[in-house]
Amino acid sequence: MALDVITVMNVAAFLGGGFAMGMGAVGAAIGEGYTASQANLAVSRNPKISGDIFKNMLVGQAVAESASIFALVIAILLLFLNMPTSGYIQAASLLGAGLCMGFGALGSGVGSGFPAAETCLGIARQPSVSSRLTTNMLIGSAVCQTPAILSMVVSLLLLFMQFQGIPFQPGWGAVIGAGLSTGLAAIGSGYGGGLAAGASCEGISRNPNTVANVTTIMLVGQAVAQTSSIFGLLISFILIFKSFPESQALSPAVALLSAGICMGFGGIGPGIGNGAAAQGAVRWVARNVDHAADLMRIMLVGQAVSQSTAIYAMVVSLVLIFVL
Amino acid sequence: MAIEGADLIKAAAFLGAGISMGLGAIGPGVGEGMVAAKACEAIGRNPKEAGLLTRTMLVGQAVSESTGIYSLVIALLLLFVV
Repeated sequence: MALDVITVMNVAAFLGGGFAMGMGAVGAAIGEGYTASQANLAVSRNPKISGDIFKNMLVGQAVAESASIFALVIAILLLFLNMPTSGYIQAASLLGAGLCMGFGALGSGVGSGFPAAETCLGIARQPSVSSRLTTNMLIGSAVCQTPAILSMVVSLLLLFMQFQGIPFQPGWGAVIGAGLSTGLAAIGSGYGGGLAAGASCEGISRNPNTVANVTTIMLVGQAVAQTSSIFGLLISFILIFKSFPESQALSPAVALLSAGICMGFGGIGPGIGNGAAAQGAVRWVARNVDHAADLMRIMLVGQAVSQSTAIYAMVVSLVLIFVL
Repeated sequence: MAIEGADLIKAAAFLGAGISMGLGAIGPGVGEGMVAAKACEAIGRNPKEAGLLTRTMLVGQAVSESTGIYSLVIALLLLFVV
């Protein structure tokens, strides 16, 4: 049974679109559900300010929702866009775009739920600082969304790049690998950034005077947690923009696919770990602000060690791309 | 397109290397982050012992790192030796 190019492209686009929206719905739904559960707890603790809690719950959930809205946009593009060029490599690229956005929305959706939930609880604890908490929540959850945005950028590149003249044989591995690299690595950074942001909202509600220190260390911690998804983006860009010589053998294509898988999975753990380290540091800066400098230092040392495995993964990916 | 045996073996080794290092990086990354989080908590509670706590944290993380290094070794073996 021979399949023509248009059929293969449609198969790839529909599979990719379904995957993007299916996986993309998981993270945001979990994050929003967690927010709502903590909002209920907050209302039960302090029913008098239920209006304020309700408002913050909805704002926080709206930010968490954006990750799945990115996935919806990519899914609709995959379903209805008329591709200007056709080819088997274009089909692989459509599948890669779907994989990238589907995985990429997971971490940011779950992560954005933490600051929103802690804001609801914090308002019940300390109603007078509700506006500061809302501001801090919005900053924290906006940073959480960056990995999902990086995934959307890679998905859009994979959707709209013209792959004419690029050989199919190593090319299919490169485009699917590019999607997996950023998509999977975004899971860890999104989740980790959320851990740090949640701890900062909790800390501000316990000790409102520390807001400047807490927000600063949150942003530093989140920035370090984002690095693993930026490694993923780097590998994706190399895979998309480097030209690879045509080959009849299977192994060069698998090497490129494997580079994406390696960096993608390799970015998950350090992203979550760096977020956990930042969570611990932020929580204790709020409780013991006199030692903020010590805490910042130990957080950065701990994060650097946790980052090392992402760097090993990047080295193996680069070896797979450039050496073999 | 016919796939030759040697080509298939090479492809499998590349894929195995990527999976080995990729999945192997998850555990140490999460584990070392949890160590750092608890070290921050301990320093927050007892700042006088910061030096001792930093040392303990680094030793604990180094032990946790070992599985990541095993993954790296296996990945490099698959890429260059096997």
